[in-house]
Amino acid sequence: MLLTLAWGLPLFGALLLALLPRRSESGARILASIFAVLSLALLVWAWLGFDSGGPLFQHVLDLPWVPSIGVGYRVGVDGIALAVATMSALVFLASIAYPVDTKDEPRQYYAWMLFLMATSLAVFLVLDLLLFYVFFDLSLVGMYFLIGRWGHGKPQLSALTFFLFTFAGSLAMLLAIIGLYLSLDSPSFDMRLIIEQQPLAGGGLYAGLVFLGLMLGLAIKTPLVPLHTWLPQAHVDAPGPASAILAGVLLKMGTYGMVRLPLAMLPDTFQRYALVVGIIALVAILYGALVALGQRNLKRRIAYTSINHMGYTVLGIAVAASVSDNLMAKQLALTGATVEMVAHGLITGALFLICGSFWQRTGEYDLDHYGGLAQRAPLLAGLTVLAAFASLGMPGLAGFVAEFQIFAGTFAVYPWLAILAVLGILITAGLFLDLLRRLFFGRLPAHLGQFTELNWVEATVLGALGLGIVIIGVYPRFLLEVIDSASALLIGGR
Amino acid sequence: MPIGDLLPEIVLLLGAVVIVLFAAFTPQRLQRWSAALALAALALAAWFSVLQWDTPSRLTFSGVWALDGVAIAAKLLILFSGAVVVALSPDWMRSDRRHAEYYALCLFSLLGMIMMASANDAMELVLGVLLSSAASYPLAAYHRGFPPALEAAMKYFLIGALANALLVIGVVILFGLVGDTDYAVAADVFQAGTDPIALSVAVACIVLGLTYKLGAAPAHAWMPDVAQGAPAPIAAFLTVAPKIGAAVALARLVTLLPQDLAWPAIIALISVATMTLGNLAALKQTDLRRLLGWSSVSQSGYMLMAIVVVGSGVAALPALLAFLAAYALANLLAFAVVTHLRGRTDFAHYHGMARRQPLTTAALIIALLSLVGIPPLVGFFGKFLLFEVTIEAGYAWLAAVAAVNTLVSLYYYLRVIALTMFKAPPGEVHVLGGWSRVALLVTLALLIAASLGFQWLIEGLSHISLASY
Repeated sequence: MLLTLAWGLPLFGALLLALLPRRSESGARILASIFAVLSLALLVWAWLGFDSGGPLFQHVLDLPWVPSIGVGYRVGVDGIALAVATMSALVFLASIAYPVDTKDEPRQYYAWMLFLMATSLAVFLVLDLLLFYVFFDLSLVGMYFLIGRWGHGKPQLSALTFFLFTFAGSLAMLLAIIGLYLSLDSPSFDMRLIIEQQPLAGGGLYAGLVFLGLMLGLAIKTPLVPLHTWLPQAHVDAPGPASAILAGVLLKMGTYGMVRLPLAMLPDTFQRYALVVGIIALVAILYGALVALGQRNLKRRIAYTSINHMGYTVLGIAVAASVSDNLMAKQLALTGATVEMVAHGLITGALFLICGSFWQRTGEYDLDHYGGLAQRAPLLAGLTVLAAFASLGMPGLAGFVAEFQIFAGTFAVYPWLAILAVLGILITAGLFLDLLRRLFFGRLPAHLGQFTELNWVEATVLGALGLGIVIIGVYPRFLLEVIDSASALLIGGR
Repeated sequence: MPIGDLLPEIVLLLGAVVIVLFAAFTPQRLQRWSAALALAALALAAWFSVLQWDTPSRLTFSGVWALDGVAIAAKLLILFSGAVVVALSPDWMRSDRRHAEYYALCLFSLLGMIMMASANDAMELVLGVLLSSAASYPLAAYHRGFPPALEAAMKYFLIGALANALLVIGVVILFGLVGDTDYAVAADVFQAGTDPIALSVAVACIVLGLTYKLGAAPAHAWMPDVAQGAPAPIAAFLTVAPKIGAAVALARLVTLLPQDLAWPAIIALISVATMTLGNLAALKQTDLRRLLGWSSVSQSGYMLMAIVVVGSGVAALPALLAFLAAYALANLLAFAVVTHLRGRTDFAHYHGMARRQPLTTAALIIALLSLVGIPPLVGFFGKFLLFEVTIEAGYAWLAAVAAVNTLVSLYYYLRVIALTMFKAPPGEVHVLGGWSRVALLVTLALLIAASLGFQWLIEGLSHISLASY
């Protein structure tokens, strides 16, 4: 019930906003924020009631919906889902509370935001394969309208590319899901049942095709090179908060899906192709970092670092799926991959919100347009430095906790992949330091004389995200305990 | 004679006759009341069909008339489509000086489609096809002074004449082979073995004849023209109802055939050609009604997937009927929106419609998303069942082709949605009237109900089968 309310309340809020008469900009934002806070509070409550020593899935609710084809309303979380969902709710809250230009349509904007929040949280909370697909697709619809209607540049083209690309992936995934579904003796979409029965254990062509379909859909969403081409444009043209959600939450659906579907349901097949997936992840890590280094556009640069960071996550998942007997290393890698999802959500969410603030003030993303802002906007500079350092993996901040575990795990299983992937961190460090230099240091250009400091809402939101980043960096135990409970069961359960 | 078995059809026939008489003796201002008569006849016919639902499936009237779950489900669906169309019509036809007969033609056409769905005899099938065609031609051309309508109707008529001639030739050859038109006799003869070449020719002719009613390749060309030119309610009618009858007729026919005829491969080919052609042609349309016409061509392609696997021992018939129901709801809703917006059809006239007519636009968007198959709308479940049965029967490649086609279709449906949501709104938007609004809202409500309550739909359909001989 707790989890149902957690995604149902935002949906109710979206309907309320859509149906109620016109309200003011701040009125709509406050109403939407209240629903987001409630949803986050419910997830925190679920977290407090989560027993790390208990069964894999907890807070389970199972109601029949279309029993004749084995579809049910099934929700429940393991440690991984709980961590990612709670992080998502936090990023949504931050994005909703963050001031943005709603082009005189605050009601519609916040209704779509809440709709997107509901569908995205549901992706992480459901335990029914078909519902997973349903919400996976519905989140596309929400993001499509947010980019298309409130974006800038060529928003409609970007929104269309985004929708078509990811929908192509979801269709491949749908076919694979049907294949998985038909392989059960009594077809059902219950994820717990599929994980328990392992219908395609032993591999073979059929299992290989199902695996390919699933991975294709999830890799487009993640996105992995070379399926990433929709991402930079969608990010650049989306409004800042929508970008934060796109990077912070929607990309996680890809990697979360990899853990939930192929890793848990097709471990044998994943094992066979783990090295291939690992190499693709390495390519994404290096390529993402190198291309990001070459960008002059602030938002595009951060968008490409997302590809790099999601590469670390996939690398961790591939290690967890690998053939190695070193269970400790595999568990470490999977935990690290999940922490990376949480950390990247918070960090990149904050970075994209910062991009939004730059856009609101100047309407410009070109890095050469800026300089010397550290004096005019010290708070903005401080928070950006915090987020950038976290993103490049500075110890004591969230990114380090994640990347350390991924690399430790990878080193034990695929040492040379780990060695090459570390180069990614080096490049990332370079590109973020360069970014900070060009934004905040040097001479202040004359046209930035009117540049204003963060207002209190922006500062509070970014401060809260920054606090989360520091807490995870300094005291990660509360997070690791919950995630470890799931990854131990997933890895040890072989 | 078991007259009671034909009560729904008799009601339709009597309703049509009463309307013709009513039209002959009624002043012009009262003519719109024939819509009420038609709705009453449809409701009564549906009621009698519902009463037949729980009876065991059987053949009646010396085996020419099937009374099985598939026929009754198709009948109800056809009657429902007819009711939506009739409800949309009075406002649309307001300016026409004589339109009472229009409703009689609708009922006759519906009767023909029901005959197609129930025919268990080749002659009965021909009668059904001809009756529904003959009554549909004048409906398509009802706007006598509107050249596009005349052109569409002429195209519809010419392709129809050719296809119906082929159908009759096929039936004649079949008769020559079997010595009877009864399907049961034909099945026996095929079991015993027959001339494969003559049988292939006969089946090819009959299938080609039916593709006309299905709007499938190669006899699909009338669909976009009729969708664009015919009166908007009739466009809704002709893109939905004949398909239901023809799909069931085709399923009934192919189950008779011996397996060595390789008919699944041929139907699969038609299916792929139809969906691909429909989608590619829809890509560059700038006219909503024409786009919907092409989209219904492609939907016929998906529908044929179920017929490909109808003999493979999977639950193909429930999937077919569920898909047809989902398609009918979504397509009727889309055309109801077009009708309610006074038939506006150029893309430019839909700019920013979401801000002028939020509810109507929401209905259009829901209809289009359901046609794509975005969950949790009913169109998703329909398509899902199709994918499931085709993969289960070993036609995974067909499902993959359909998935790629779905992706292509998303592009043009999204184009329409983007126009209504993202463009600057036009001036004032006028809508049709009360009847069309009610029809629109009822269809919308039913679509949403079918989406959320898909369990009841599929549960009701899960046991249907064809009557056996």
